[in-house]
Amino acid sequence: MERHLLAGSTLFYLLGFANSLLSLGAGKFRPGRLNTVFIAGGFALQTAFLWARGQDLGRCPITSTFEVLVFLSWSIALAYLVVGAAYRISLLGAFTAPLVFALQLAALLGPSARASQPQGPPSGWLELHAATSLVAYGVLALACVAGVMFLVQERQLKMRVPGSIFHLLPPIATLTDAMRRLLWFGLGLLSAGIVAGFLVRVPVGHWKTGASLLVWAAYAAILLLWSRHVLHPRRVAQACVAAFALALATLPAMNALAGHLAK
Amino acid sequence: MNIFCVGLSHHNAGVSLRERFAVDAAALAETLAALREHAPLNEAVLLSTCNRVEIYGLAGDASVAARACAEFLQRSAGVEAEFYRRDMAEGVRHLFRVVSGLDSMVVGETEILGQVKDAYAAALARGATGAALNRLFQQAFRVAKQVRTKTGITRGSVSVGSVAVELAEKIFGDLSACRVLLLGAGDAGARVARSLQSRGVRALVIANRTFDRAAELAAELGGMALHYDHWCGALDDADIIISCTAARGRVLSAADLAPMLPARGDRPLFLVDVAVPRDFDPALNGLEGVYLHNLDSLQAIARQGMAGRESEIEHCERLISEHLDEFLAWARRRGASAAEAAP
Repeated sequence: MERHLLAGSTLFYLLGFANSLLSLGAGKFRPGRLNTVFIAGGFALQTAFLWARGQDLGRCPITSTFEVLVFLSWSIALAYLVVGAAYRISLLGAFTAPLVFALQLAALLGPSARASQPQGPPSGWLELHAATSLVAYGVLALACVAGVMFLVQERQLKMRVPGSIFHLLPPIATLTDAMRRLLWFGLGLLSAGIVAGFLVRVPVGHWKTGASLLVWAAYAAILLLWSRHVLHPRRVAQACVAAFALALATLPAMNALAGHLAK
Repeated sequence: MNIFCVGLSHHNAGVSLRERFAVDAAALAETLAALREHAPLNEAVLLSTCNRVEIYGLAGDASVAARACAEFLQRSAGVEAEFYRRDMAEGVRHLFRVVSGLDSMVVGETEILGQVKDAYAAALARGATGAALNRLFQQAFRVAKQVRTKTGITRGSVSVGSVAVELAEKIFGDLSACRVLLLGAGDAGARVARSLQSRGVRALVIANRTFDRAAELAAELGGMALHYDHWCGALDDADIIISCTAARGRVLSAADLAPMLPARGDRPLFLVDVAVPRDFDPALNGLEGVYLHNLDSLQAIARQGMAGRESEIEHCERLISEHLDEFLAWARRRGASAAEAAP
């Protein structure tokens, strides 16, 4: 049953991806609507899957790489549904659907697709730490997407004659605002996750702590330098992409933590 | 059922002739009543815009009625002219093309839809329409809606002013917080400023070497005039700078602007250079947060927009043909039932 829910959810994201490709290719992208329906459908099935898995495990379902990837894609979809609707940056959905689909497909095809069997009682702080951090990653993934969109639109505006994607992308002022809010929201969640992590009182190794603090420091530095006008929005957009690549590189660290949770 | 259209438009009449035939909106109902007294029309709608004057009618004998309509228009205008006439299928197709913006001077413009709706509403209020023209115009409005939503005929900007507005909206989003600085009081710059004003920019400041000309234009556009020597002081506040001076050298260089940028923070700056020779140093486009477009690039984007619209015409024509077939089928059914009902 769980696998069916996940397969159904992946199908919804695939439809969202296909819809984005078709409408962008035809140059007739209509903001929102169908894409949001596909992402919302995928999100609903994903939520059902995570709930069922959580019931089985008796804890937050982030005990394997498979579950971490599903939880991460769920976080991105959640952030899109909240932020995309709030700021009407509907084209974000065209960029979000393929990202979420790819993550979920990787989860389904990955070697750890079978449910792991965690042992021992669950730790509330540890689960809060891991869950909050993953949602933060979802939000920061959207900041990265907004950054890519900013860089594309900025390039279009600098060109003598912009390409057709220029008409489809939102104004750079809107993207700048989205980046700012997503960065603050993501950093807030990341901070909460780190604080919860310190309260776990389980030795996880200096490398894990170091990696988490490095990601946190990277995002904090972006916001600090931006607020002091040292970084221009274009540099912020580039930094959003670079910082998320760094954050993704720390995922193996989370996997190690997942392994710890499973013991 | 004999539906016809008779009239003149920008295709066959210059503005000096069209303005003679134009009917004021306030006089539309009265003119329509006079027309129906003069011509043997069962139903009629009179459409008058700056680009066309047309009568859509239903009559027992379309030839006689169309001739009478032409006579009426010539007598009212006090001048003779060549009118085109489209009967039945061609007349219906013509209306569908007109209302969809395909027959407009700027292909794909949407103002015409409102004008046709007003003309129809005036005729309806006067009781000048019946089952045939009611059905025809309702279907025409559906055609226009489909053409707008299902094709790209209205997409893209096709004039320098509208291109500048579109670019500004892609930079700032809502323009209501934007301040515009216009350097020079030439026509090209004033046109761009007017387009931006129509989108509700917050403030417009005009600086010109001849202050009186700046003041005159400021009064016309609802802006503020500034002595040309002081325009640099207004640069910090400006979000959009339009330049169309007759200066022989550069009015603004990258070296002049770069030191001012840090104080602007995240605020982008949009530079519109419509002067020949150019006022702005092309290197300005390389600065972060600064977007420079000149007359060449604006015209190239407008041409691209027009080409995009023209490529959609075929799609629009297909939609129109589908609706034309539907209307003609309805007209045939109606004609048949009327014949059956006749004694």
